[in-house]
Amino acid sequence: MSDALLQIRNLRIEATSYPPGEAPRDVVLVDDVSVSVEKGKVLGLIGESGAGKSTIGLSSMAYGRGGVRLTGGTITLNGRDIRLADARALRALRGREVTYVAQSAAAAFNPAIKLMDQVIETCLAHDVMGRAEAEARAVMLFARLGLPEPERFGQRYPHQVSGGQLQRAMTAMALCPKPDLVIFDEPTTALDVTTQIEVLAAIKEAIRDTGVAALYITHDLAVVAQVADDILVLRHGKRIEYGATEQIITAPKEAYTKALVSVRSIEHVEKPDAPAVLEIQSVTARYKGTNFDVLKAITLDLPAGQTLAVVGESGSGKSTLARVITGLLPPAQGRIRFAGRDLAPDLAARTRDDLREVQMIYQMADTAMNPRQTVGTIIGRPLEFYFGLKGEAKRKRIQDLLEQIEMGKGFIDRYPAELSGGQKQRVCIARALAAKPKLIICDEVTSALDPLVADGILKLLLALQAAEGVAYLFITHDLATVRAIADRIAVMYRGEVRRYGTKTDVLTPPFDDYTELLLSSVPEMKMGWLEGVLDSRKMEAAGN
Amino acid sequence: MRIPISALIGMVFTGAFFLAAIFAPLVAPYGMAEIVGGVWDPASSAHWFGTDAIGRDLLSRMIYGGQTTIFVASAATILSFTLGSVLGFSAAVAGGWVDQGLSRMVDLMMAIPSLILALVILSVLPVTLTVLIVVMGLLDATRVFRLARAVAVDITVMDYVEAARLRGEGWAWIIFREILPNALSPLVAELGLRFIFAVLFISTLSFLGLGVQPPLADWGGIVKENASGLVYGIPAALIPAFAIAALAISVNLVADWVLSRTTSLKGGRG
Repeated sequence: MSDALLQIRNLRIEATSYPPGEAPRDVVLVDDVSVSVEKGKVLGLIGESGAGKSTIGLSSMAYGRGGVRLTGGTITLNGRDIRLADARALRALRGREVTYVAQSAAAAFNPAIKLMDQVIETCLAHDVMGRAEAEARAVMLFARLGLPEPERFGQRYPHQVSGGQLQRAMTAMALCPKPDLVIFDEPTTALDVTTQIEVLAAIKEAIRDTGVAALYITHDLAVVAQVADDILVLRHGKRIEYGATEQIITAPKEAYTKALVSVRSIEHVEKPDAPAVLEIQSVTARYKGTNFDVLKAITLDLPAGQTLAVVGESGSGKSTLARVITGLLPPAQGRIRFAGRDLAPDLAARTRDDLREVQMIYQMADTAMNPRQTVGTIIGRPLEFYFGLKGEAKRKRIQDLLEQIEMGKGFIDRYPAELSGGQKQRVCIARALAAKPKLIICDEVTSALDPLVADGILKLLLALQAAEGVAYLFITHDLATVRAIADRIAVMYRGEVRRYGTKTDVLTPPFDDYTELLLSSVPEMKMGWLEGVLDSRKMEAAGN
Repeated sequence: MRIPISALIGMVFTGAFFLAAIFAPLVAPYGMAEIVGGVWDPASSAHWFGTDAIGRDLLSRMIYGGQTTIFVASAATILSFTLGSVLGFSAAVAGGWVDQGLSRMVDLMMAIPSLILALVILSVLPVTLTVLIVVMGLLDATRVFRLARAVAVDITVMDYVEAARLRGEGWAWIIFREILPNALSPLVAELGLRFIFAVLFISTLSFLGLGVQPPLADWGGIVKENASGLVYGIPAALIPAFAIAALAISVNLVADWVLSRTTSLKGGRG
């Protein structure tokens, strides 16, 4: 281990938090973490949000984000301790020996500068090579990362390429100055599942070809299993488990790791057919001022008390479908029948019962709740608005609802800022439930949550469905979630329904091309999955 | 909770100015228009600030003048805030033609320098306190409208506002319960600033002779009445000028503190 490229020993990272109205206090973000990365190896850092994975990643170039201090331990890179190195030494090191690939490529690139100039910037700044050589290397990397027209790709501006391409361009930027270590900070999290697999394969290949060592940070164990040699599982800034990928995936020792490995193990048997509560009949919709149909003749129905999962990539029209059903975007053609009656196309023309019986839960619970209202007000308002409940009766009902979402009565006077991510989403569920709806539209409700928390939310939704008989229109891009919750599935692609039917029918071959691509792109929690999928795709391409 | 020293100083001075204004008849040693001495008597134990151009006690004039100035400025600020923020929020919530109509009208008003516009309007209308307050309030409302609309546009795209719309809530709930509480901190900070501009504005108008009319005292008017004394080295005109500056600074110190406190609720600066 002594010839390790990066060796972190007993690292301790602190920051000062400023709670409103209280004295500032120091919090420990990372406590006593030790890892080492050898040349050409990939270490996966995994954990939920707040686990300290990005903080550790950045510490490997002795950087602490806004006010974060590296207060203890040693960070040895290429044989020297860099934790307390001065600014000049760090400047020479960052972008030369260690480079960084951020989660949001769109936010990391300067929109006003051509890609090539940004990709080779560090090479020139550190005098690693001349402009001509750097450009040649960038073109080589573009080609290796599978970018189109590698010779001319660098002449484009960031907005002229897709999100997946931009992410690969950033990988090229990180690899260009021939660094010893690259930090990948959730590089595929913001991408669609079908794009993710391409980027993942490109990154893996580039790592192997250039022989660079890497830290791969993610919250998705199935993803990290494809690229990492070793995995460090983190929680609340502490090490939970550290070992070879094989061992973590197949024989986890700690309870938390076991939970991570077996997440999404909900068994949901689809319910028998029932009369439809929602019928969408050849609905076509477009946004004002455009001449492009976002939804093209969609026909779907949702049986009462069941779950229809709408699956698709970003831009497939799933969220627009929700807007059409809620009346925010009146359809251009087609009609929507709900509980045996026609729903008015426009929100303003709907009756109060129409509004009450269709409720919505959002992806970002943070922005779905007014930060200046207490949980009691948030849940209480629909009670007051639809049922005229007041005073003690209202308070009693709010407390019942809090019980139902498995939160205590004590939360009634809290503000959203005082809740965790999962609790916030639960309060949003309670707000929807307070209206006694027949249909709840769930728009990506679990995608912003950590896997274990998301699991809890899905279980709660299923339990509430069993108890209240409410139907869900569940919009998601995550097929694992679909398996866990759906009775029926609609696969959407570019505004059309590609495949629709009961869960068993949709998930049983023969598939159409798109469903096949989508299903095979979902990372599975086993090593070698990525190669397997890529090989079978190549064979198919050759066979055709 | 600890109040920073600067805010404390600001609060003490602001409080002193407002108390003096409210209890002017009790605090002032002489009557407002009472002639009690010679022309421009120097400061003495009987007249702390001396007397003015026609022999009235300057301290008493200052206290009564503060009452008028602060009352007119406060009333105009309250009017501009109520009008500006309600219209600004409505424009943001309604969008479309309502927003376009209101915003372009405000642009039109802001295209004309407000002092010139005010002078034109006041030269036509009878100059009473009510007219002054309404004119100043309306002109200032354009600036509050801009701010309120900009803040509200950011808030109306939030999911919780959409959730309220889907629930079927009316405008009043959306504006006063969903948007207003979240727009308050920038508006409060602006409130201090706009109040100061109102003080400066009314003082300017009075100095130009189209504001508060004699014999009623106000700070701008006192500067005007005693301005010619400066030529003879008599500092009477500087006292109201100093009062205006002191009030402006102390109100701003308080506004700064309010702003930093409210933003820290959202995890901003501490």
